[in-house]
Amino acid sequence: MSRIGVAFDKARADGRAVLVGCMPAGFPTVEGSIAAMKAMVSAGVDVIELEIPYSDPVMDGPVIQRASDIALAGGVRTRDALRIVEEVAATGAPVVTMTYWNPIERYGVDAFARDLAAAGGTGLITPDLIPEEADEWLAASDSHGLDRTFLVAPSSTDERLAMTTSHCRGFVYATALMGVTGARTQTSQAAPVLVARVREVTDLPVGVGLGVGTGAQAASVAGYADGVIVGSALIRCLLDAPDESTALAALTALSADLANGVRHPTP
Amino acid sequence: MSTEAPAGFPDAAGHFGRFGGRFVPEALVAALDELGAAHRTAMADETFRAEFAALLRDYAGTPSLLYEAHRFSARAGARVLLKREDLNHTGAHKVRNVLGQALLTRRMGKKRVIAETGAGQHGVAAATAAALFDLDCVVYMGQVDTERQALNVARMRMLGATVIPVTTGSRTLKDAMNEAMRDWVANVDDTHYLIGTAAGPHPFPALVRDFVRGIGDEARQQCLDLTGELPDAVTACVGGGSNALGIFHAFVDDPQVRLYGFEAGGEGVATGRHAASITGGSTGVLHGTRTYVLQDDDGQTVESHSISAGLDYPGVGPEHAWLHDTGRASYLPVTDDEAMAAFELLCRTEGIIPAIESSHALAGTLAVAGKLAAELGRPPTIVVNLSGRGDKDVHTAGGYFGILDGESA
Repeated sequence: MSRIGVAFDKARADGRAVLVGCMPAGFPTVEGSIAAMKAMVSAGVDVIELEIPYSDPVMDGPVIQRASDIALAGGVRTRDALRIVEEVAATGAPVVTMTYWNPIERYGVDAFARDLAAAGGTGLITPDLIPEEADEWLAASDSHGLDRTFLVAPSSTDERLAMTTSHCRGFVYATALMGVTGARTQTSQAAPVLVARVREVTDLPVGVGLGVGTGAQAASVAGYADGVIVGSALIRCLLDAPDESTALAALTALSADLANGVRHPTP
Repeated sequence: MSTEAPAGFPDAAGHFGRFGGRFVPEALVAALDELGAAHRTAMADETFRAEFAALLRDYAGTPSLLYEAHRFSARAGARVLLKREDLNHTGAHKVRNVLGQALLTRRMGKKRVIAETGAGQHGVAAATAAALFDLDCVVYMGQVDTERQALNVARMRMLGATVIPVTTGSRTLKDAMNEAMRDWVANVDDTHYLIGTAAGPHPFPALVRDFVRGIGDEARQQCLDLTGELPDAVTACVGGGSNALGIFHAFVDDPQVRLYGFEAGGEGVATGRHAASITGGSTGVLHGTRTYVLQDDDGQTVESHSISAGLDYPGVGPEHAWLHDTGRASYLPVTDDEAMAAFELLCRTEGIIPAIESSHALAGTLAVAGKLAAELGRPPTIVVNLSGRGDKDVHTAGGYFGILDGESA
């Protein structure tokens, strides 16, 4: 079983959900992003989702776009992201990467899988790659023992849910609503329905992302999902802070609040 | 030159050889499937086709003329026939695409369209069709472009559209396209993404091609009527590539007709400041499709440069990538300066002010005419897609030539 799978099993045994925290590689700097992710892990984030910045992130809302722009302007490269994976994985927390397809294809699909596995990464979330276009990634992830997380959405047909989840390994990423990433004041009505539909077709753990930003929202999502995925709200801690120590303090406080949330699922 | 005609493309999954396909968030797949099904049934439905034909005739003013440009021909050393898409309503070939997609939007029961625009030409066309069909219309436009093209912003607003300046990334066309995709993901139930070129995820490249292919169907017949023969070559400018596909398609199965696409070479492909994705780019994935892309070693999109806003895009429609790979069409770069020289030549010899986009096709025609004449042993007959008129470019061209009173060149 994959290391992510172990984390989900352990959380399930503890009667709670896994907290997945997302941060773009190289935001605000390479070292700054490493420090941020280590702080998140210390404060109770179970799994790190490291987003490799891309110039045209169509699934991401304004917060992640801004963070990605800052990281790219700072010159972060794919090979820097792989070094970050190695450093953060050393904390013991599983690190899963997430990025759009073009940077992977440009790096070389098999080469990326090889280097990600060597760096200690567990797998890859592919927001703009659907299984129909993924032959090369299916082969590369198999040969290097990496997890594959494809997205499912409220608009996915039952047939597509079955097909897509059959190609997933590790966990399934359920997008809670029709839209892009970014914290919202209300949690999604569509998400519990989608998670229930996913459970009809797979035994894999289901993580829910898009729109979660507070401990209370995390508790609510933990009530029906195996994983709670938070990105924009955490990143905002760094965007809004005047300096690094304030940023890390805010990030630690929010991570702890979210970690508390996933430990107290609302039925 | 290969005579292999990639007819029947794309395949069911939208692939043109190794290009095309669908690289999109899962949330959009259902809508793309719905659109693909609507496109297939519409194209097979005689009522739809008749309605589209009537709109093109009565509203857009097609078939556009095929005009023999005698004085320009003398300078080119070729018999140059201009396909006058510049005379269409809204001043370009784009009206064909927006009318087709608006009809399809109504057929799908959707009430809102969104569009991306660079210079504003597609935005104006989309706003026009939305007004005609009583659809809500939101146009995403890079903030840099809204400032450069304030008159087109005003035109869209006059037509009832909402223009949203995009302030992310490079704040130009590619970012406007990203923002339109984000809107679509969130509003896909009641919204159609009225894309402006033959790019994007399947079925857009095939769908847009089908709506603009009348350009070539008309030109082929008009050329036969006028000259008794097919042309030796057909030329067009290529940004995303809809006008070029529109005129190429009717000739793809005529192996004796050479097809030339002229990309925006900007300041020269060697300078890196250009928009020539096929000539100066590499295979990648951008905006939902695999094609030729301007990108760096990490797969980050590189900003394109061209004097022509309509060609200023770092990708190209996947069918062009395929026509290039099969050798059926040839793609060559034309610099800003070459395009502007051809712009001036058409103004002075024919009394026609062309769009700067189309001026790339004119410049490329001048460049290949001599070679073709040598090959054939006679002056070649060349059909040029004059895809748009230059009214929108008066400020840019006036600045380029230093002829605006009160402004230094």
